[in-house]
Amino acid sequence: MNLTLKIWRQKDAQSKGKMVDYKVTEISEHMSFLEMMDVLNEQLINTGEEPVAFDHDCREGICGMCSMYINGEAHGPDRGVTTCQLHMRMFKDGDTITIEPFRAKAFPVLKDLVVDRGAFDRIQHAGGYISVNTSGNTQDANAIPISKHAADEAMDAATCIGCGACVASCKNSSAMLFVGAKVSQYALLPQGQVEATDRVKNMVAQMDLEGFGNCTNTGACEVECPKGISLENIARMNREFLSANIKG
Amino acid sequence: MSGFFKSSIGRKYAMALSALFLMFFLLQHFAINILSVFSPNAFNEASHFMGTFWAVQYLLQPVLIFGVMYHFIMGFILEFKNRQARVVKYAKNNGAANSSWMSRNMIYSGLAILGFLVLHFIDFWLPEINTKYIQGDMSGLLADGEGFRYYEELTHKFVNPLRVGAYVLAFVFLSLHLMHGFSSAFQSSGVSSMRKQKLQAFGKAYAIIIPLGFIFIALFHHFNH
Repeated sequence: MNLTLKIWRQKDAQSKGKMVDYKVTEISEHMSFLEMMDVLNEQLINTGEEPVAFDHDCREGICGMCSMYINGEAHGPDRGVTTCQLHMRMFKDGDTITIEPFRAKAFPVLKDLVVDRGAFDRIQHAGGYISVNTSGNTQDANAIPISKHAADEAMDAATCIGCGACVASCKNSSAMLFVGAKVSQYALLPQGQVEATDRVKNMVAQMDLEGFGNCTNTGACEVECPKGISLENIARMNREFLSANIKG
Repeated sequence: MSGFFKSSIGRKYAMALSALFLMFFLLQHFAINILSVFSPNAFNEASHFMGTFWAVQYLLQPVLIFGVMYHFIMGFILEFKNRQARVVKYAKNNGAANSSWMSRNMIYSGLAILGFLVLHFIDFWLPEINTKYIQGDMSGLLADGEGFRYYEELTHKFVNPLRVGAYVLAFVFLSLHLMHGFSSAFQSSGVSSMRKQKLQAFGKAYAIIIPLGFIFIALFHHFNH
């Protein structure tokens, strides 16, 4: 395949960026999108140009690092995949592909397609954990009875890889699917009950502080999430938040 | 609960509650208006009751005015804040791939409804307040004293085809607003998906039937008077 790429180039966080056109040739339809980007970068290095900076790590859809906005969608046009799992067979010979960084005030661009998603880490630090005594007498988690239904739902919520596609896809740059998933994975389990009130209040406060927008229930986040995190997690977070505020 | 309504989720609850209240009000408004098609007398009686009963006038009416104003003002504030959350826009954004037009354009359908409300207030609410509370005429009777004035006022307003056209257009926007707004209000209130699935079918029916009913009333009176 021969393709035209329109890519956001930005020297650093302070510089103004712009879209730049590139041509790539003889791209195999079996390549992943990131492999296609590798081909482009090799081409740029060979001609003495600065390669395009983009985030990636595991390249098997689990680390949540790759973060491109491809042809107007987070992780591109395929469903349930990250950019590293997106294959070039989703495109046609002669296509023009627009590639941008995830856009949100809370995700500032560091360089080209690389954004700082540290806001998610700070939300996690605010309450996305359980406090467990690890001094040697830790209780076996399997000793606590948990219903299959609750365990399944908690596991579904825990599959969130924190890639930020929800924020990137949301017209309001809302982080509520991410925070909803992180609140839910503990709220559904007995181990999460002890700190439930503080957890949801602190995580929501941090989310608001980071400058994410407010959810208007468009559902775009759920559609674009590579792990299929359900909107039900946002509804659960809302219930948890109301309940926590009533308890005081 | 301190700070609850300053938080993003607290505001979602407040928007949802005001929306649910307004949807209930709309149902009641429709129930009275549809009487005008079947029985002018019943419509007059119901209108006179709503216009003169103290609990409606002095308790429900202020709550309604507050609910309408809160929903609009908070809607605009949230839209403004949400736009601030993305400073640099995408060069290419395919919103249709993952969300409905209605859900992405609530601000525009809301603005159309606001425009309609201004017209509606000038048409009905302000003259009503003038007659009852400035001129002090609480009788609800026509100038000649023969019968109630409400049905006459209603039919008179639907003579002008431009006004009827504006009403029909506004109710199309109201339908689009409700298409997303109904289920969104329940999602924001934390209603679980199991219950929401049943509510969604009801919400879609509500979003179509109620505005269509109002359109029918406007056209009925336009073509029959």
